Amino acid sequence: MEETKNSILIQLLSEKFNGKILNVNEPYGLLTFETTKDVIIPVLKYLKEDEKTSFNFLTDITAVHYPEKKHGIAIVYHLHNMVQKIRVRVKVFIDQQEPVIPTATTLWDGANWMERETYDFFGVKFDGHPDLRRILNMDDLGVFPMLKQYPLEDPNRVDKKDEYFGR
Amino acid sequence: MSDINIVNAPPGIEGSGFFATSLDKVVGLARSHSLWPLPFATSCCGIEFMATMGSHYDFGRFGSERLSFSPRQADLLMVMGTIAKKMSPVLKQVYLQMAEPRWVMAVGACASSGGIFDTYSVLQGIDEIIPVDVYVPGCPPRPEAILDGFGKIQELVRNESSRRRDSDQYKEMLASYGIL
Repeated sequence: MEETKNSILIQLLSEKFNGKILNVNEPYGLLTFETTKDVIIPVLKYLKEDEKTSFNFLTDITAVHYPEKKHGIAIVYHLHNMVQKIRVRVKVFIDQQEPVIPTATTLWDGANWMERETYDFFGVKFDGHPDLRRILNMDDLGVFPMLKQYPLEDPNRVDKKDEYFGR
Repeated sequence: MSDINIVNAPPGIEGSGFFATSLDKVVGLARSHSLWPLPFATSCCGIEFMATMGSHYDFGRFGSERLSFSPRQADLLMVMGTIAKKMSPVLKQVYLQMAEPRWVMAVGACASSGGIFDTYSVLQGIDEIIPVDVYVPGCPPRPEAILDGFGKIQELVRNESSRRRDSDQYKEMLASYGIL
C-alpha cells in the first residue's frame, strides 16, 4: 500500500515541479528525493497544503556535510502526514561556499528552532528567518562545529599528544 | 555510656582549669565539621551524591547535613557532572558568589577532566575556569569515594592557616583565573 502511495506522490510532484524532482529513492520504504533551492519552499508548501499530500507536520530540519562534493551541504527536511501515517524526506544540496537557503518558517513556526540549530552547527543561513542566531552552542564558539574541517576534540587540550594515539 | 563520638581536641597545653592551643587549630576544627556544601549536580555523579546524602551513607555524619542551595552561605562547592562550555560562566558566577573561605571539589571524571566527552562543547575539567582543591576520580565515583574526597577537604580545612587566603600566592592563583 505504501509503495503505491509513494509512486503516486512522485507522479504528482513531477507533474507540478517538472524536472526539479531528482534522485528519487526509497531506502527502507521512506520516500526520499532531491530538489533545488529555488523551488524548495514551493515544494514544501505543496506537500503541506495540497489535499492529496497534506504532510502537515514538519518532523525535522537538519543538514549533512559532504566535503568532497561541490554542493557539499545537504539540507534535509523530514515531513509527516499524520492522517495517513506516511513520511517523506526532502534533500537540497547547496554550495558550501555560499550556504544560503530560504526559510521554512513561513510554512511552519516550528521550523524556527530547527533552522537555528542547523545554522548553529553547519553555518547554513536561512534567508528570511526572524531570529537566526546560535541556539545550543556557546555564542563565542566562533566555528560551525559539524563542518568536517573542524576537529571534534577540544583544541585547547595540551595533554593529548598524537603519538599516544598512533597518529 | 554513650557510643557517640566527639571529635578530639587539637594538640595543645592542658592544665588544671585551662587548655591552650592556637586559634588556627580551633577554627579549623570547627570549620571542618560544619562545611555547608553547595551541590552543583549536572549528571550521574549527582545521582551518586544523592545516594551519599541518603540514610545509608549519611553525609550528615560529617557535619554536612545542611546543604546550601545558595552560594552565599556555602563553604564547599561540589561540582558533580559534565560542565558544558555554555554553562561555564554560570559555574564561575556561582563560585564568585561564594564567600571566602571557600573550597571546591571536582567529583567524577567529567568535572575533573571532561571525562569521555573530549569534544568542542564540553569544558575539559572545571579547573580551566575555577581553582579546585580535591579531585574525586570515578565514572561515576561510588559514595565511598565521594566521602573519601570530602575527608580530604576536611583535612585541608583543618590544617589551613588563618592567613592563607591573604597570602600573595593565593591572590596570584586567583588572578591566574581572572578572579580578583
